[in-house]
Amino acid sequence: MLNTIFIPEISLMLTVLILFFMTLGNFRTGTVQAVSLVLTAITLVITVASIDTHGLMFYGVYQLDALSQLFKVIIVLGLFLVFMLGSGLIGIEEKLHTEYNMFLAISAMGLMFLSSSVELLTILLSLEISSYALYVVIPFRRGQGRIHVESGIKYILFGAVSTGLTLYGMSYVFGLAHTTYLSELQEIMPGLVATQPLAVFAVILVMIAFFYKLAMFPMHFWAPDVYQGAANETSSFVATVPKVAAVLLLLRFVAVAGVDITQVTWVLATLAVLSMTLGNLSALVQTDLKRLLAYSSIAHAGYVMLGILTADEMGMAAAVFYVIGYLLMNLGVFYVIYNVSPKGENVTFDDLKGLSRRSPLLALTLLVSAFSMAGVPPTIGFIGKFMLFTGALHQGFYALVIIAVINAAVAAFYYLKMARAAYCAADSEKEVIVLPFGTKILGTFFILIIILIGVLPQSLLAVAKSAVATLL
Amino acid sequence: MENYLILNTLNFPILSLLLIVPVVGAIVAMFLRGDTLLKFWGLAVTLVTALISLPLWTHFDQTTAKYQFTELRHWFPALDLDYVVGVDGISVLLVLLTTLVMPLCFLCSWTYIKTRWKEFVIVTLLMETAMLGVFVSLNTVLFYIFWEGMLVPMYLIIAIWGGARKDYASIKFFLYTFAGSIFLLVAIIAMYITTGTFFIPELMDQSYSFAFQMWIFLACAIGFAIKMPMFPFHTWLPAAHVEAPVAGSVILASILLKMGGYGFLRFCLPMAPAATVYCMPYLLFMSLVSIIVGSYLALGQSDIKKLIAYSSVGHMGFVTLGIFLLNDAGIKGAMLQMLNHGVTTGALFILIGIIYERTHSREISDNSKLGMFMPIYVTFLGIFSLSSLAFPGTNSFVGEFLVLFGAFSKFPLVGAFAILGAILAAAYMLRLMQKMVWDDSDGHVPHGEHAEERKRVLFDCNFREIAQLVFLTIFVFWIGLHPTPLLDMMDSTVTHLIHQIDVGSVMPEAVHRGESHALLENAGTWIKNLF
Repeated sequence: MLNTIFIPEISLMLTVLILFFMTLGNFRTGTVQAVSLVLTAITLVITVASIDTHGLMFYGVYQLDALSQLFKVIIVLGLFLVFMLGSGLIGIEEKLHTEYNMFLAISAMGLMFLSSSVELLTILLSLEISSYALYVVIPFRRGQGRIHVESGIKYILFGAVSTGLTLYGMSYVFGLAHTTYLSELQEIMPGLVATQPLAVFAVILVMIAFFYKLAMFPMHFWAPDVYQGAANETSSFVATVPKVAAVLLLLRFVAVAGVDITQVTWVLATLAVLSMTLGNLSALVQTDLKRLLAYSSIAHAGYVMLGILTADEMGMAAAVFYVIGYLLMNLGVFYVIYNVSPKGENVTFDDLKGLSRRSPLLALTLLVSAFSMAGVPPTIGFIGKFMLFTGALHQGFYALVIIAVINAAVAAFYYLKMARAAYCAADSEKEVIVLPFGTKILGTFFILIIILIGVLPQSLLAVAKSAVATLL
Repeated sequence: MENYLILNTLNFPILSLLLIVPVVGAIVAMFLRGDTLLKFWGLAVTLVTALISLPLWTHFDQTTAKYQFTELRHWFPALDLDYVVGVDGISVLLVLLTTLVMPLCFLCSWTYIKTRWKEFVIVTLLMETAMLGVFVSLNTVLFYIFWEGMLVPMYLIIAIWGGARKDYASIKFFLYTFAGSIFLLVAIIAMYITTGTFFIPELMDQSYSFAFQMWIFLACAIGFAIKMPMFPFHTWLPAAHVEAPVAGSVILASILLKMGGYGFLRFCLPMAPAATVYCMPYLLFMSLVSIIVGSYLALGQSDIKKLIAYSSVGHMGFVTLGIFLLNDAGIKGAMLQMLNHGVTTGALFILIGIIYERTHSREISDNSKLGMFMPIYVTFLGIFSLSSLAFPGTNSFVGEFLVLFGAFSKFPLVGAFAILGAILAAAYMLRLMQKMVWDDSDGHVPHGEHAEERKRVLFDCNFREIAQLVFLTIFVFWIGLHPTPLLDMMDSTVTHLIHQIDVGSVMPEAVHRGESHALLENAGTWIKNLF
């Protein structure tokens, strides 16, 4: 019985195993990619099929509920899209292609475990599984000097520090509450948070590792350098999939701290404001597209936090909805970045110039994704922001929403810069970008899904609502 | 909800059809090839849309202020979001203006736009849907979606087919309007949280506290004042107008600038009546400043497009002036002014497009002495210039007269200053005419080779150009000589609107003053309370 509800994880583990055996042989990139894609697709189907499973495993440390299953679907979907958009793995060292895919799958596997973990040590363990895989994978880059090594080291150092801080916080939580199970903490912590400053401190410290994953202030320093230094494919993974899981864990911790508005809420609100303001202002001056996306993701972390800190159904559902939208529109931009750079180099605004002539599909994908990130209707990004603001205003956070709105207006500038670059004329004629059939399908998929969910958000929101209902 | 609506008497989802036809046209255009085919396709789709919209005129019930031709579908139940569309006496005229102007956008671009016709057709058709959507939405979120959705196609029209400084102009346009309207979103959500509805007529029937009304009013008014554009938020307009292609300028002048006025009438006045009355003096002052500054700046321009753009600022000042007089003549005059400006300024931009295609210059000095070469063109230029300066017998005269009448009957001093704007309008338009048509200031008449050269370049209007201009000329004289049908259309709605303001703005004087004082004195506490 136990193993049947565990099937999505088992499927991904098998994917990892098969990829591991493939690393022992010598396979062409096409074969590796085909195998990875098929296996991930199978896992995706299984994960979607098991979206309704419930259960508690391994002595209560591993919980399958609507929330965890939804996030598993998103994580596997993210992995699948990353494999698909980096179809040629052109940015990665040739002989490491199989290993590369294996480590990405391991990282996704860790994140899958993470979304079901409901005990502090299990959470830490799952988190480390996913992080270690990424530490290995970030320096896998071909022919771009040593910038990728630098970013790999930065990622490890910041990761180690944040994990340490989280462990430190966990020790306080354990010392205060004498348990590491979230279900038990949920009963004890709200009382402690309301009365003891130490409890507030402990909860925030525990969250640090997830601030790091989400690239949220004050653990955001790595993002620009790592995005810039890692290969385009790697950045697209780092920028999206781990952040989804981080949002889930933050939701769980906020629920543990209690639904009332407490000191924890105010700390989170302050961090949200700093994160979005700093992210947006820094993004304004970037010329490297990946650095820009890094700063924009810092800002988006602030927006998502707006939903998380409300700790009510509306706001949390909005956060879940937003992070799904974030994944899709970010991957949309990375899809363009990957396809614009034929040798896997970084993309600047100059490289985007005249894109609408070279490839109308890429330009349109960039346009739709960028406007969605800016929150222009009718896109998923608009509905997400709209719901976040509604949720936060509902709880009375007027000032927060007004700051977020001003930020959104500032951010519109650099998203617009991306669209403008794609649609303005090139200084010199460059050759037309010919996209393979599968890549064209993927681009169309991004355009359609971003607009479609923006027009008909009902069903996704219903799923998000029923998922967060398990937290409250 | 049904209390506010008259169910569709046509038994035919006419408004949804209006929204869908251009989108379907845009999707079909993606698969068409060949510029000529695309041109005719775009024209055909807009003409069909215009034909579909005609029953709105014939079947409109003028005796009621309720919303007509309505449709109600549940769209997003989790947030009580419904798809509700309908028109009343104010929006129906703007819908008709939109559908009638859009075919001209293709006609006037026929030879002006030379590249990327496919994209142009798609973007322009999407623009039409977005603009119609703004006028027919009866749900604040739906309104906002169309309102913001408009920015993207308009941005692309300027950014792709624009002039030399298109980057600067398009970004300025987008950021200005985006920044303004995002506060509108906060107001929309705040009203939803207070009342639990997004349905516009229901939101109008609430009695909010004065302080809340002030916040709503300010948040909305910034967005609408930018869109208007009202001094000091007008700086995006000349830039956008000058750089936009001719179709972009026509859309911008004829329809987009009406959105601000429509927003004031739909949101600020009925939803925050007490705040409206409280802010009236300031807005009247800003309107006067817009009229005078806009007209004064127009006097000094050497670029024809810039001149017309600044004159738009002045004309829009008359619109806000009329709206915030809060009396029957003022609001009706403002509505008429919006339609007139759509017809007249749209025509002037088409005229500028025609001359630009010939001389490739927008400088007045490069386009002088046209009377010698282009008699038909000059005739139309004369008609529309006179219309623009509100010459009796033309459309703008009626609108401006009503606004001035409203002003003099309420605040004579305001009327006196507004007259100054009208005089300035005569000055800059006559100067433009004089320079472009005659201009013998240098004292010599082109002759010999020079005259031959000019003659070759300055061929007179062809049939396509004449057709567009004749079409608009009809409206100039129709509204100018017989505006009653239009005034009848809006009569019930305007009366109802004034009734709403009168009822809504009656707050116990003590409460009103107390709250407005509290608002100022406790600003610090307010900000603290926000957190």
